[in-house]
This record gives sequence, structure tokens and C-alpha cells, in this order.
Amino acid sequence: MHPMEQSSPRASTYLAEGAAHGEAASKTSADHAGNALSPGGPSPKMRARNLTVRYGPIVAVTDVSLDVPARQVLALIGPSGCGKSTFLRSLNRMNDTVPGAVVSGDVELDGQSICGTEIDPVLVRKRVGMVFQRASPFPTSIFENVAYTVRVAAHRGQRDVADRVEHALRQAELWNEVKDRLKESGTSLSGGQQQRLCIARALAVEPEVLLMDEPTSALDPIATAKIEELVSELRKGLTIVIVTHSMQQAARISHRTGFFNMGSLIEVGDTTTMFTRPREHQTEDYISGRFG
Amino acid sequence: MVADSGMVSVSAHGERSRSFRRRGPRALQGWTSGDALFRKVCTAFGLAIVALLALLLYELARGSSLSLSRFGFGFAFEKVWDPVAEKFGAATFIYGTMVTSVIALLVAVPLGVGIAIFLVEMAPPAVGNIIGFLVELLAAIPSIVYGLWGLFVLAPLVRDHVAPFLHATLGFLPFFSGESHGVGMLTAGLVLSIMVLPFIAAVSRDVLAAVPQPLREGSLALGATKWETIWGVVLPYGRTGIGGSVILALGRALGETMAVTMVIGNTPQIVLSLFEPGYTMSSVIANEYSEASGPLYLSSLTELGLLLFIATFAVNGTARALIWRMAHGPGGRA
Ligand SMILES: Nc1ncnc2c1ncn2[C@@H]1O[C@H](COP(=O)(O)OP(=O)(O)OP(=O)(O)O)[C@@H](O)[C@H]1O
Ligand SMILES: [Mg+2]
Repeated sequence: MHPMEQSSPRASTYLAEGAAHGEAASKTSADHAGNALSPGGPSPKMRARNLTVRYGPIVAVTDVSLDVPARQVLALIGPSGCGKSTFLRSLNRMNDTVPGAVVSGDVELDGQSICGTEIDPVLVRKRVGMVFQRASPFPTSIFENVAYTVRVAAHRGQRDVADRVEHALRQAELWNEVKDRLKESGTSLSGGQQQRLCIARALAVEPEVLLMDEPTSALDPIATAKIEELVSELRKGLTIVIVTHSMQQAARISHRTGFFNMGSLIEVGDTTTMFTRPREHQTEDYISGRFG
Repeated sequence: MVADSGMVSVSAHGERSRSFRRRGPRALQGWTSGDALFRKVCTAFGLAIVALLALLLYELARGSSLSLSRFGFGFAFEKVWDPVAEKFGAATFIYGTMVTSVIALLVAVPLGVGIAIFLVEMAPPAVGNIIGFLVELLAAIPSIVYGLWGLFVLAPLVRDHVAPFLHATLGFLPFFSGESHGVGMLTAGLVLSIMVLPFIAAVSRDVLAAVPQPLREGSLALGATKWETIWGVVLPYGRTGIGGSVILALGRALGETMAVTMVIGNTPQIVLSLFEPGYTMSSVIANEYSEASGPLYLSSLTELGLLLFIATFAVNGTARALIWRMAHGPGGRA
């Protein structure tokens, strides 16, 4: 639990710290019409259509339609168990790896469906990377952790592996901390560094979309701030979807926010709008901490 | 180890029962003394194992003292084994033991690790359970059965098909020169490989099953294929434990007697061709112990037993240590 979250301030105060994103916060009232992006706006990077995910008898995600705008940060919030992770995992076919998971509906990447049986999930995941809640470095050296993905990716010519490792580590703002200890084990790093190592690992594949499932929930405020800074930097070239339990975090780093409850997408809109004038009662209750 | 922990807890318990008694006059001594007795008995059992091992080692050393003092270290390097002339050397038997064990591992390691990968990473749970059970069943088959199978099924197969094929394709190597008469080091090694397979497969399976799921997911989420994930993440994580399983299997292969004796041909010689018959340390002990005439003959056989004992003890100790480190240290890194 973040101590900050417990103060349950009025919703608008979340925005006080998350200096509003001018462009994103502009009045796109068309949003209120539905979950799709406003017509005439940039076409979405990814698009979920009537997505339903079941684990055997459990329906984890119910009929969710949601657009992921390109080169922006989309935050997903909602109470525990509401299906955020499940939704996120269906954006890069990671639910394929869960025995018993059944996905129906459709997900598009750049207008192309990624759900068909003829689609290779491996290729999808190379374009849509993922970072998990618990950092799990591979049992190899720091260098090898990233070099592994460089080799896995290997889709862009013959640039030197070492260069690409360095580039990814720099992108993840980790290079200066590890450049003298690349041979050490990845698990010898601190929790925050491990998480950035995992981000570097994901970036080394050069994905177009990065899915982050509560990447900071196990980290202290300083490490969290580092990751948030990183996200703000990365969103310039990357589409990011981030699941978070911290509303401050959503307010600080996202352009748009989606609120999930009990497997359904209740509401999605500009982060500013969501935190000041939410359309749905449930949303207001949740973000003001009045949720059961 | 057993003895260690036993003694520690005994003394700890001793402290506890003393302070307990001090507290009140209404002694619950019946309980504590009964418990203490139970503990002492169990500790005695634990210590008995250590004593037994020590005694075994001592007896082997005592039994081989004659041979030790006569031949010294040269015993291990002397090729001649001539009971009539009372000249005894272990080199041919050590060679036979090593060659058959190496063949066994060369065949069984890839097969066993492959089975483990299949069971953990690919097979649906139901299939995995059945095959896992069958593999473990292999370990329960008496070695005389393996011996019979080796003699009547495998030996003709090696003679008519395996050996000619190897000779035709890899005949330029000294290991596959000449022709096979069925029994020989290759056949013995192959029988051994099937006998040690369950050890490698079962232990490796447990090792792979212990690899944390987030590591696999982390790799798959990067766009790695299943194969890349297994080769690049799962196996490196489990390498220490798998190494342990291999050494455990080696320990078993070194000491296996009955099946090997039946198919190796029992000819003390050092030749490179694996088609040739050979002789192992355990086989010669089994074959000649009952008819060993004269104290030096007996002593030399006992020394072979001593060498075998030390070798398997060291090998098994290493295996246990590796598997233990795998289970208790993250990733089992150095
Ligand atoms: N592998 C699985 N097998 C069966 N049920 C699952 C599995 N993973 C998730 N679920 C169920 O699906 C529902 C949604 O889970 P999910 O992990 O998506 O929630 P979440 O919103 O990410 O929660 P949290 O905020 O706690 O991470 C839950 O009821 C959960 O029990
Ligand atoms: Mg989750």
C-alpha cells in the first residue's frame, strides 16, 4: 500500500502533482460518446474489440472494447482482481501461455488482428513487449540478460550486440549504475534496478508497444520516480499501457486512463477528465477512495 | 549430516527439559524422559549409519592392506591381472568401468534431459504424469532383468545393426574399429544408459519444475520462442541441479554389477574399440571373489572394492551437494 493513497483526497488533487498534459488534456468531449478515440484523431495503435477472457468457468474480462492511442500512455486502474492484468496479457497473446485461458473477441495492432490461429504469438510479442510486476532477471549476468533479448530479437541487421545492450541499458536509465559490473549476476541488483533491467530487456527487442503490469508496486518512492521518469521519456517513441494501483501515478504519467471493475471496462477518457469529472459514479467512488 | 542435526537437537532439548523441571515441583518428568529416550534411540540410529560407513571403510582398508603394501599406488596403473603368478593390477578394470560409464552418460544425459524437458515444458499434465511414472518404473526393474534383456535382445541388435552402422559411418575413429560379437563395452554401456536414465530424467524433471514461472513468462513476453526460452533461460537456471542428476547417474553406473557382468564379456584388456569385450571393477569382484585363493588375491579384490567405494562415495557426495545447492540457492549460480 502506498501511504499516499490512503489519504483519499478529492479526486482533483491527484492532478495537482501530475502536471497536466496540455495536449492530452484538451477538451475532447467526443470521448464521452464511447470508448473509441475521437473521430478524426490519430488512429489507435491497438484496439480491443468485444474482448472476453475466461479461465475455465471464471470470466476475468467481459466484453471490453478499448482503443490504445499511439505514442501515448494509457493507464488502467481498478480494484484488485478486476481483470486488468488479464486484459493486458491479451494484448500480446500472453494468455496463450496460461492453460485453460480462452480469449474471444478481437485485438488489433495497427489495424491488423493479432488473435487468429494463423498469427504467430512470438512475432506479436516482439512488437508488443511486456514488463511484469515482479522483476525477474534471468539467472545470468546483467549483460547477458539484455544480450539474450538482443539475440532473440535479431531482426534488424547485424549491429553489434554489445552496442545494442548498451543502448537498451541507457534507454532504461540503468547504464551508469551498471556499466562497471556488467558481468555480475542480474539478481545482485536492487529491486528498482532489477525492474529497470527488465525494462531494458524489453526495450532491446525494440517493441512498438510496451505493456507494464504494475511495474512499480514492489518499489520504494525513489525507484518508482525513476521508472515514472523513464516512462515519460519512453512515451515519446513508444505506445505504453500501464496497469497501476496508484492513482497519483496514473495522474502523473498517463494521457488517458481506463477504469476496470469486475471484468468490465467502466469508463475510459482523458486522465484529467477522469480524475476531475468522471462520467460514472463507480469511477468517482473508486478514485476518491470510497470503494468497497 | 544426520548425526550432526541429531546431536544439536538433543542438546537443545536437554536445555529445555532442565529449565522446565526447575519451574515447578509437579514434575511432568514422565513425558520428558520418555521423549528424551525416544530422541536418544533415534540419534543412535542416525549415528549407526555413520558408524556403519566408517566400519565398512575400515574393513575394506584392512582387507586390502596386504595388496596396498605390496603394490602401492602402482595397483591402479598395472595392467596385468594374473592370479596364478600373483600379479594383480586394476588398470583394465578401472578402464572398463570408466568406458562403460562414459558411454552410459553420453547416451543417457541428452535422452534424460530431453525427457525431462518434454515432461515439464510440453506434455499435457496427464501425459506427463503417466510418462513420468513409467520412467520411474525403469528404476525399479531388477538389474538381472536388464542383464537378460541386454544379453538376448540388445547384444544381437548391437552385433547385427548398431555396430555395423557405427563402423560404416564413424569407422575412421578407433572406437568403432573391428567388428562386434554382441557382448562388449558398447553393449554394456548401452544397458547402463537405460538403467541410469530414470535417475537423470526424474531428478532433471524436478529441477526444471522448480524453475520459477515468471522467468519463463519474462522470456516469452520478449518474443522468445519456447525453444529459446528453454535453452536460454530454463536450462541455465537448472544447470546445477541437472549436473547433480548426471553425477548421481554416474555413481550408479560406476557400481552397477549384475547387468554389466552379463553383457561386457569379462575380458581384462585395454583396447580402444568399444566393440571389444572388457571387464569392470564390480564385475571382477563378483566373478572372482568366491574362488579367490590366497590372501593376496583376496586382498587385491578387496582393494578394488575400496577404490569403487571411494569413487562412488565421492561422486554421490558431489551430486548431492549440487542438487542441494540448486534447491537452496537462487539459480544455483557459483
Ligand atoms: N491463471 C489464472 N487461472 C484462473 N483464474 C485466473 C488466472 N489469472 C487470473 N485469474 C482470475 O481472473 C480474475 C482477474 O485477474 P487479474 O489478474 O486479471 O486481476 P487484476 O485486475 O490484475 O488484479 P490485481 O490488481 O490484483 O493484479 C481474477 O478473478 C483472478 O482470480
Ligand atoms: Mg494484476
